[in-house]
Amino acid sequence: MSLKSPLGRVLGLGAAGEGPGHWWAQRLSAAALVPLTLWFALSVAGIDAGNYYVVDAWLSRPLNALLAILLVLAATYHASLGVQVVAEDYIHAPGPRAVLLGLLRLAHVALAVGGVFAVVVVATGGAA
Amino acid sequence: MAQFRLPPNSRVAAGRHFPAAPGATQTRRFAIYRYDPAAGATPRLDTYDVDTGRCGPMVLDALIKIKNEVDPTLTFRRSCREGICGSCAMNIDGVNTLACIQAIDGIRGDVRIYPLPHMPVIKDLVPDLTNFYAQYASIKPWLQTRTPAPPDRERLQSKEDQELINSPSACILCACCSTSCPSYWWNSDRYLGPAALLAAYRWLVDTRDEATGERLDDLEDPFRLYRCHTIMNCTNACPKDLNPARAIAATKRMMAERRL
Repeated sequence: MSLKSPLGRVLGLGAAGEGPGHWWAQRLSAAALVPLTLWFALSVAGIDAGNYYVVDAWLSRPLNALLAILLVLAATYHASLGVQVVAEDYIHAPGPRAVLLGLLRLAHVALAVGGVFAVVVVATGGAA
Repeated sequence: MAQFRLPPNSRVAAGRHFPAAPGATQTRRFAIYRYDPAAGATPRLDTYDVDTGRCGPMVLDALIKIKNEVDPTLTFRRSCREGICGSCAMNIDGVNTLACIQAIDGIRGDVRIYPLPHMPVIKDLVPDLTNFYAQYASIKPWLQTRTPAPPDRERLQSKEDQELINSPSACILCACCSTSCPSYWWNSDRYLGPAALLAAYRWLVDTRDEATGERLDDLEDPFRLYRCHTIMNCTNACPKDLNPARAIAATKRMMAERRL
């Protein structure tokens, strides 16, 4: 029970001064994902994707490796931004919300780093 | 954590039935949400058979007929009965609208009437709009200027200037839009909702106002503005055919414009 005024409640802790950056980044990464996803889908459809050596050779070509890294970065960044919004929408307790947002961000960083590392390893022949 | 089941005092039970007066020729059944917090009981759905042959054409006419002739305990807000005051906003046949401009004939089957969704209920069809009005107050819905007013006449607007605010200032604050918005349902403590954001936009594009930057500062927040996920229920629901979704999109564009 609090006698704080309704207006005081609405004004709360004030505007965070954030939002446009997230909004813009989400749209920019979405726009980047359109050509990258198309390229990836068409490329994988065009090779014998079940054959280890064919895929290894395909990803070892510099342009393919570069585009694959960009795809990994754009996809994980876009996913991170999107999942953040879902968590903010549905998790209302401030403590669990902060913990979850932190874990989600770290998980997406790990995914991005892992994906880039995998592409680099294959592209440079490190796994062979 | 998200709640997936209604709390016990929100689950609606079957209620009483009121048959039409003897001699009724054309009857329609109205199923109306009833809740009285003072009674300590859970909400119920009462059904009333109304003789539409002896009733005005709108849903509000039937509600008034029920209250006058059948059940004086039925509680709802109404005032102008012509779609300009916004008092009789309620959920009719699953859609938020004004009872006074919703024709009974426009609804097939039983006419189901609930209060505006996801708001605390004061009694029957009367929701608690305290937070909604506080959100409207929070966007400072008045002219803010630094230039002193001309001593001998009003602040002038061109015809084009006026057309910018013509539609957004037609909002009657009935709350049909905000209470139809899932994002507002989940986060109405921090998200301002389409009605308050349409009002904010009305002042953002007012060419006489000189606080555009401060107004944008106040909205620059992941929750206040950016909880809008362009679901567009607001524009669908608006009984005045206004477009809060477009106003919110335009506000987001202004936010981007001053950064890029």
